[in-house]
Amino acid sequence: MSTLILADHDNKELAPATLVAVTAAAKLGGDVHVLVAGEGSQAVADAAAKIAGVAKVLHADDAAYGHALAENLAPLVEGLMGDYDYLLAPATSTGKNVLPRVAAKMDTQMISEIVAINDDGSFDRPTYAGNAISTVKSSDAKKVITVRGTAFDKADAEGGSASVEAVSGAGDSGKSSFVSAEIAESERPELTSAGIVVSGGRALQSGENFEKIIEPLADKLGAAVGASRAAVDAGYVPNDYQVGQTGKIVAPELYIAIGISGAIQHLAGMKDSKTIIAINKDEDAPIFSVADYGLVADLYKAVPELTEKL
Amino acid sequence: MKILVPVKRVIDYNVKPRVKADQSGVDLANVKMSMNPFDEIAVEEAIRLKEAGKADEIVVVSIGEQKAQETLRTGLAMGADRGILVVADAMPEPLAVAKILAKVVEEESPDLVILGKQAIDDDSNQVGQMLAALLDWPQGTFASKVEPADGKVNVTREVDGGLETLSLSTPAIITTDLRLNEPRYASLPNIMKAKKKPIDEKTPADYGVDTAARLEVLKVIEPPKREAGEIVPDVDTLVAKIKEKGFAA
Ligand SMILES: Cc1cc2nc3c(=O)[nH]c(=O)nc-3n(C[C@H](O)[C@H](O)[C@H](O)COP(=O)(O)OP(=O)(O)OC[C@H]3O[C@@H](n4cnc5c(N)ncnc54)[C@H](O)[C@@H]3O)c2cc1C
Ligand SMILES: Nc1ncnc2c1ncn2[C@@H]1O[C@H](COP(=O)(O)O)[C@@H](O)[C@H]1O
Repeated sequence: MSTLILADHDNKELAPATLVAVTAAAKLGGDVHVLVAGEGSQAVADAAAKIAGVAKVLHADDAAYGHALAENLAPLVEGLMGDYDYLLAPATSTGKNVLPRVAAKMDTQMISEIVAINDDGSFDRPTYAGNAISTVKSSDAKKVITVRGTAFDKADAEGGSASVEAVSGAGDSGKSSFVSAEIAESERPELTSAGIVVSGGRALQSGENFEKIIEPLADKLGAAVGASRAAVDAGYVPNDYQVGQTGKIVAPELYIAIGISGAIQHLAGMKDSKTIIAINKDEDAPIFSVADYGLVADLYKAVPELTEKL
Repeated sequence: MKILVPVKRVIDYNVKPRVKADQSGVDLANVKMSMNPFDEIAVEEAIRLKEAGKADEIVVVSIGEQKAQETLRTGLAMGADRGILVVADAMPEPLAVAKILAKVVEEESPDLVILGKQAIDDDSNQVGQMLAALLDWPQGTFASKVEPADGKVNVTREVDGGLETLSLSTPAIITTDLRLNEPRYASLPNIMKAKKKPIDEKTPADYGVDTAARLEVLKVIEPPKREAGEIVPDVDTLVAKIKEKGFAA
């Protein structure tokens, strides 16, 4: 038995979610290999080789793979799958984009965002915004799976000494090309791997209020900043802040929801957090039904006071 | 330019899903059903392209039970021109849906297929990418901006780090994200007009697609329920709790 993991990275660093996929792969048993496809991505291949439990790194370095275009990556991955029983990727935007394309080429019904691997070879995955957990067993010869980033521990980034083998694929499909990106650089921890997340909702009313009220609290706690869909739609914060069913899934040690009502779509993205604090002026807000500590208060008074007193 | 928009009939997003006691699935009897919200965004985008003179025909297609016809009518009332209903007893899995859609594409030869990024029932996020694979077309997933121009389409995508813009050759597959547009409500006259728009009825067998499930669902259960905690009286108590838990010194 053997597993190939499609690594997520930005050509410089390995995304931490990749380490979660390694843990899931180890649970499946057998050899674990990691594919690093990128451009100028030697540092990532070297980092992947150090992950504890990884036996081999396949490194495809080519301009065609620099932006993780699905049209170029999918044939490369598919071409390598002859030797493997499982294909895994973290359920990041790249994993979600590329893996179904590979699965269809392999005539395989992919399994999205697993949260558990059971002894009988079945998998658990949340559906209906996390309101139902389905246990599914695949009859496909090879299995293609994305792994939810919060569901397994991260494998040790150090301790392994895998060999790195260069591989190549067909390269550029000519069907798509990269034009530009707006990737925000932030000093704060990354949302999906942060230990503490402070999120704001529609009640913040503006981007300035996010800066004045949410960010100082986040900075005090060394936290990442998240948001509800309503706050993103209104343009208070960028799209990559959205926590929820159709945004990012987080499960930090502490999640603080401020001026967020707690719609099921939002809860789907944060209710596995260890401790939840909610600040909302409406005592009937559904967010209080999942909060360990609730404060019924006007956020414009309570949050600055909280930041001050911490 | 012709646009195909696959639309799925799903539980309404305002309804809290309830798991059946026998663990066989989610109870959908007497539950409000609607068009998948991401598919409304897809229909809206197609209509805007038509209104801008960039598209001339919009075909909506739904795979599912007979009642999925209502979902098609919603799309037609928003402004799509005609519908295709592929009646299947059990909801086919994403791969089978993609295979059926690939056949529809073969027959209809659209220039763009705009799908939702994810059906809010299964949360699979697969069909668009799978369809792109089967057709060997490029894909612009999680789109927040779509700009067709001359044998190409530029798609701005919502990705983990922010936004990314790709240029795709057409024909192409696009899947919608939440910020692409705000779908319109159908007006009463348009709802009336939609009743006269044609819907073609088919079956998976007409397309020669085997819809047998590859995944056996062993059980469907409710996730562990989170206990509601305590309401603290003031900020000072909250500060004490945060310190007690070791989140601040
Ligand atoms: C297809 C689809 C996908 C979705 N995906 C997501 C998702 O991934 N993530 C997500 O978050 N949502 C998602 N949603 C949206 C979700 O349904 C809710 O609309 C959204 O979460 C509401 O955001 P909110 O809580 O900020 O706003 P509201 O529901 O408007 O809540 C604002 C809250 O602020 C409180 N408030 C107001 N003023 C103050 C004050 N001064 N002090 C304290 N409290 C105050 C109010 O009491 C209220 O509870 C999705 C919806 C759909 C249809
Ligand atoms: N049964 C279906 N009928 C029509 N379109 C579908 C169906 N299932 C999925 N789709 C389309 O594929 C998108 C993604 O669905 P999924 O991959 O199942 O999350 C949806 O938003 C729809 O546009």
